[in-house]
Amino acid sequence: MDEKKVRDIVVPGEEIVAEGKPGRGVFYEGEKMYSMYLGIVDVRSGYVNVIPLSGCYIPKKGDKVIGKVIDLAPMNWVVDINAPYYAPLHVNDVPWRVGFGDTGRFLEIGDVILAKVSNVNEMGQVWITLKEQGLRKLEGGHLIHISPSKVPRVIGKGGSMIQLLKDSTNCRIYVGQNGTIWISGEPDGIVKVIKAIRMIEREAHTYGLTDRVKEFLERGDE
Amino acid sequence: MMGMKSDIRLIDDNGLRIDGRLPNQLRPIKMEVGVVKRADGSAYIEWGGNKIIAAVYGPREAYPKHVQESDRAIVRARYNMAAFSVDERKRPGPDRRSVELSKVISEALTSAIFVEKFPRTAIDVYIEVLQADAGTRVAGITVASLALADAGIPMRDLIVGCAAGKVDDVVVLDLNKEEDNFGQADVPMAILPRTGEIALLQMDGDLTYDELTNAMEMAMDAAKKIYNMEIETLKAKYGGDVNEQ
Repeated sequence: MDEKKVRDIVVPGEEIVAEGKPGRGVFYEGEKMYSMYLGIVDVRSGYVNVIPLSGCYIPKKGDKVIGKVIDLAPMNWVVDINAPYYAPLHVNDVPWRVGFGDTGRFLEIGDVILAKVSNVNEMGQVWITLKEQGLRKLEGGHLIHISPSKVPRVIGKGGSMIQLLKDSTNCRIYVGQNGTIWISGEPDGIVKVIKAIRMIEREAHTYGLTDRVKEFLERGDE
Repeated sequence: MMGMKSDIRLIDDNGLRIDGRLPNQLRPIKMEVGVVKRADGSAYIEWGGNKIIAAVYGPREAYPKHVQESDRAIVRARYNMAAFSVDERKRPGPDRRSVELSKVISEALTSAIFVEKFPRTAIDVYIEVLQADAGTRVAGITVASLALADAGIPMRDLIVGCAAGKVDDVVVLDLNKEEDNFGQADVPMAILPRTGEIALLQMDGDLTYDELTNAMEMAMDAAKKIYNMEIETLKAKYGGDVNEQ
């Protein structure tokens, strides 16, 4: 089948024969370019990238992420954002006035938040913030995890995929850049969204995915 | 275990080995990726009589804090043999042998991973030997490298482990249990096949310089074959599945 054509898969250390400057996920040795990851080759605006098929989230400044509060401290919360490092959320970075040692009144352990990565340094330390329009605590809902490299496929070109999911199931969905997805709505809708996302995850490296997901969602309606 | 005395003939008059292999022939190998759901990456290998499972967790923040390296990740491999993996029950837990193997495997894997990309973290690799039949450390390195690739960890190359040795004065590839116990030498190697770099080289027993060179060349050649199997296994997990559906 043409529409199910699979993109080129490379393994770590495999030579990449493509025109362009080395981008993400590739390294040079001598004159040749090699892949760092098990992933797919993606040539875009003059750069050759390898997009990993799996792996953890590497925080980037400005990313919107969904995290879970895992610890409280007098002046900050510790948030798990599915990265190699835990992210502290300082009381100065939230829209509320929090007294010293009063953090538990605002966010408890287990609470889920939609936050933005405000800074990352070369040691890997991450800071996140809630002080921006749209960032908040997420009440209720259902959380699932996918590989962060597949987030762009779940969102789709210009948000087409996520819009499709929202429209056909009437769910509210937030997708964090870190691969955590928050879904809220009717139980049937949530189940459907999860099924669709798992399908996207499984077939992320194929072409014509949005059409197949649409087909899948419509089939479920009958 | 080298040099145990016995009257077993390990090489017959036709030059064939005890299990019917030629001196430069590998045992059958079967690999699978993504066998442990909860791990970040995992793999399973059957190499002759060896059955080994590997699971990778991380990179994640390294604890206790004093083991962190501020400029790179640490790779913590744990080689462990199941109590039922050998003929006589093995007392569970780390012993002198598995502590050494864990160390050398960690170092071999570190040489292939871009550890400088994840400062202050640890990458945990658990290698569980379910059934042992000689050459578990090289098979362990091979599965570990598959599991690392499956976990999406950046690497310079896949790693291949392969052993060679000497039995009945003949240099042979990939020793089995009997050859390991009653042979004269065993040379386990870990190789980065793309560049031909050696990530691990050990020797148990005695070999002349020429024999060692010969054994290493044999292992290098075999490593290329195993390397291709690794690549096929990894690609089959993604390419294969989608085409079948």
